[in-house]
Amino acid sequence: MTSNPNSSNPTTAKNVKTVSGITVRLAGDSGDGMQLLGTQLTNTSALAGNDVATFPDFPAEIRAPRGTRAGVSGFQVQFASEEIFTPGDQLDALVVMNPAAMVTNLGDLRKGGILIANVDGFNEKEFKLAKLESDPLEANVIEETYRIFKVPMTTLTRTAVAEHGLSQKVADRCKNFFAMGLVYWLFGRSLDTTLRFIEDKFGRKPDIAAANVAALRAGWAYGETTEAFGESFQVEAAATLESGTYRNMMGNQALAWGLVTAAHLSGKDLFYGTYPITPASDILHELSKYKNFGVKTLQAEDEIAAVCATIGAAFGGTMAVTASSGPGIALKAEGMGLGMILELPMIVINVQRGGPSTGLPTKTEQSDLLQCMFGRNGEAPLPILAPRSPADCFDIAIEAWRIATECMCPVMLLSDGYIANGSEPWRIPDLGSMPKITINHPAGTDLDEPFLPYARDEFLARPWAIPGTPGLMHRVGGLEKQDGTGNVSYDPANHQHMTNTRAAKIDRIAERIPEQDVFGETSGDVLVVSWGGTYGACHTAVKRCRDAGHQVSHAHLRYIHPMPNNIGDLLQSFKTVIVPELNMGQLRMLLRSKYLVDCVGVNKVQGKPFAVTELVDAIEARVTPQASSKGKAAVQSRAG
Amino acid sequence: MTLPVLKAADFASDQDVRWCPGCGDYSILAQMKKVLPDLGVPREKIVFISGIGCSSRFPYYMNTYGMHSIHGRAPTFATGLKSTRPDLMVWVITGDGDALSIGGNHFIHALRRNIDVNIVLFNNRIYGLTKGQYSPTSSEGQITKSTPMGSIDHPLNPLSLALAAEGTFVARSIDAHVKHLGEMLKRAAEHKGTSLVEVYQNCNVFNDGAMAYAQEKKQRAENVVELEHGKPLIFGTNSDKGVRLVGNRLEVVNVADVAVDDLLIHDEKEPNPAIQMMLARMRYPEMPEPIGVLRSVEGVATYNDQINEQVQRAKETKGPGDLQELFTRGDTWEVA
Ligand SMILES: Cc1ncc(C[n+]2csc(CCOP(=O)(O)OP(=O)(O)O)c2C)c(N)n1
Ligand code: SF4
Repeated sequence: MTSNPNSSNPTTAKNVKTVSGITVRLAGDSGDGMQLLGTQLTNTSALAGNDVATFPDFPAEIRAPRGTRAGVSGFQVQFASEEIFTPGDQLDALVVMNPAAMVTNLGDLRKGGILIANVDGFNEKEFKLAKLESDPLEANVIEETYRIFKVPMTTLTRTAVAEHGLSQKVADRCKNFFAMGLVYWLFGRSLDTTLRFIEDKFGRKPDIAAANVAALRAGWAYGETTEAFGESFQVEAAATLESGTYRNMMGNQALAWGLVTAAHLSGKDLFYGTYPITPASDILHELSKYKNFGVKTLQAEDEIAAVCATIGAAFGGTMAVTASSGPGIALKAEGMGLGMILELPMIVINVQRGGPSTGLPTKTEQSDLLQCMFGRNGEAPLPILAPRSPADCFDIAIEAWRIATECMCPVMLLSDGYIANGSEPWRIPDLGSMPKITINHPAGTDLDEPFLPYARDEFLARPWAIPGTPGLMHRVGGLEKQDGTGNVSYDPANHQHMTNTRAAKIDRIAERIPEQDVFGETSGDVLVVSWGGTYGACHTAVKRCRDAGHQVSHAHLRYIHPMPNNIGDLLQSFKTVIVPELNMGQLRMLLRSKYLVDCVGVNKVQGKPFAVTELVDAIEARVTPQASSKGKAAVQSRAG
Repeated sequence: MTLPVLKAADFASDQDVRWCPGCGDYSILAQMKKVLPDLGVPREKIVFISGIGCSSRFPYYMNTYGMHSIHGRAPTFATGLKSTRPDLMVWVITGDGDALSIGGNHFIHALRRNIDVNIVLFNNRIYGLTKGQYSPTSSEGQITKSTPMGSIDHPLNPLSLALAAEGTFVARSIDAHVKHLGEMLKRAAEHKGTSLVEVYQNCNVFNDGAMAYAQEKKQRAENVVELEHGKPLIFGTNSDKGVRLVGNRLEVVNVADVAVDDLLIHDEKEPNPAIQMMLARMRYPEMPEPIGVLRSVEGVATYNDQINEQVQRAKETKGPGDLQELFTRGDTWEVA
């Protein structure tokens, strides 16, 4: 076979080893273009038919000090020939652009894994910036532990792009495409998608486009020609995915698309009121592109204005959504309470990040569950749903709107940074076969009887009578209202009655959601209960434990409030219930208090998702009494 | 089809009005009910949105659509509603504490966005509902429940603030001056864009007479100048005093002492708010306080028109959204 690096899908003449999956992390300075590299590799792998899962990890500062450990930006992707649920724990390959990136990421590279270092980034100045005494590549243990490739990427890139006459600064910026080319060679990826991307992105600057193409091809050719690389790897297309047409989707994008779809299915326009905050902002960026779908976005003056404008839009009869992240949700609390007592349908999205306060804005955590559950004054219960993965965001947005309109109440959606920025293949649905969401606004008439804005249907929902309808004029407000008429009432018995009714309305949602499904047996030794973005890690860990012969089942909650009706029985059917969470035990507290079942927490707040091995260790510590927990996450029993 | 002719009484809801006897709020409610039938807008197309405070109970008393919301945020609810339902006439009812303290931010942003809603700010210079603490418009040194040694806050001037935010319609009236008040509400309703009417409202329980200099008929002529577009600023019981511009400040003169042309001619339509700002800053007792329309600038695009216009334009240029096409656009692959 001859190799032709100028084709868009060059083939290697070297040895190709087929493997079932690869986990690779690309790490460099935040200005090095690592996120771009990672996204390209993901898309290319997805298009090759692999199942993919990603985990971008970047500093909170836009331009963190160059070369420092704080400035390291990483992007991890796992691509596999079988169905996967996480971006992987241990790395098979790590690409580092400078010493800081190396020392902060090396711990995750498995023994015998591939380490590719841009040696041009390794010099005295960079060692100092990374607070290192000496060259970390020179340590003996590195050579012994990993398969290391030292590549002078900057120099090679300069040579490759020389003919395009760019300034050195601009030329050096092409080195991420060189790295990309090398990675593509190593994993047998087609250059197609990225060549198209370069054309799209730099088409108007032909010299930059040409230079990036040259760097990409040079990286590929380097892998092919250099003696050092003896073999490359191939991951076959995944056969386990359900048949259909797929595309790669990030969580926030899927949420946005789900919202637009929900609006379409209910015959409504969409109003989205928000205030920028990481990691929720991308929903705004995405939705603001879809004005031709009837989408209106308001960038409000703050989160309070955003939620209140959303309530205003809902009062007017529009599908209304607001989103934020932890601190912004705190600001929205009073407005959400009003939305609850007004009994208007809307969606409130919380893309959680590390807290408290500003906390770790670019890192993931699940610690706003109790805030969403209880963070309003007075008795103000609201339904809570949580997507379990990037693609699930699409479905859950539609489900949230269905519940909001059936129940006439705000519905909370708890996503997180890990889901929001992560991506996975999404099976494109057939719009025509998706069930419609029926909404009935009461018609205006000259009523003989006075209109009762708080009359209730079988679901205890009140009518959504909208301004402009003759004969239905009514006033709503935050003061307690008399049942039926909605008039202000301080009657003690009425307040009790209304409080009970509003709670019952939420509780009854349990009758209209699916029973909790279980992976594995529905009774036995150990049940792992998880929610939200930890789905993938928990599912994979349980699978691994089951493969090892342990009797472990997994229940993943998408409906958190109310919970499916069978949860209590389910919990009681296992000897041990393990609840892994990226918080200090919030779901565990809810389960224990509601179902009086002891639960064991596996809790971690390090701004990082669970590693599968951590969970496997925690589970094994429970199934085999003598095995000890080696997991980094603290295993906590009782109420911790 | 002829629309039924409505009367003030048709705008009264079935709820008992529960303000303290003698409160200025009654008069504003009465004027609103009187003005609305003249506007020819059906009741079901009108929405009153208020914050929290005595004045904010207002929507309950109107037989229209209404929302009693949360403290200070009424303009934001109105923004969401008017953006999505431009066909509705939206009124915001607020107090000085509600609009300028907790809601100061939203007040500014509603005005700068020029959302087409009518804000009526009941200014009694006190917190009524919470029983008598000083407000952002209370005078310096004012003794209240929370300021036993006198307030040390510098008062905020709602009209200056509104002009600074480039408000396109800024006016002031007085609860007791019913005819004038009705006229201002009407003008506000007719304005396209955010209109602000500050109404001096007597809280006879916690701040009785704080604005008596302007409210009481006998004192009013001496202490208040009624602005009229294109007319000179003349006031006084015998219309013997005027205001003129000297250099960059305003001064009070005896009309008899100056030529008629010397007096400041009011121009509410002037886009540059500099002189309107000077008028807003005229304070009793040094100067007569202006009532009437300080500023009324037409032709400034409204937020609601623009947000809807962008949707319309996007539909025209990109075609109405096709979701299935969106789903499949770009890089996709098949799994058999
Ligand atoms: C978040 C919040 N903070 C405080 C209050 C208490 N509160 C209610 S009305 C009010 C002040 C009202 O003053 P103003 O706007 O001048 O209205 P008035 O009662 O004088 O008409 C305050 C502080 C509240 N309801 N909500
Ligand atoms: S406290 Fe003052 S503002 Fe409130 S109702 Fe009584 S008089 Fe009116």
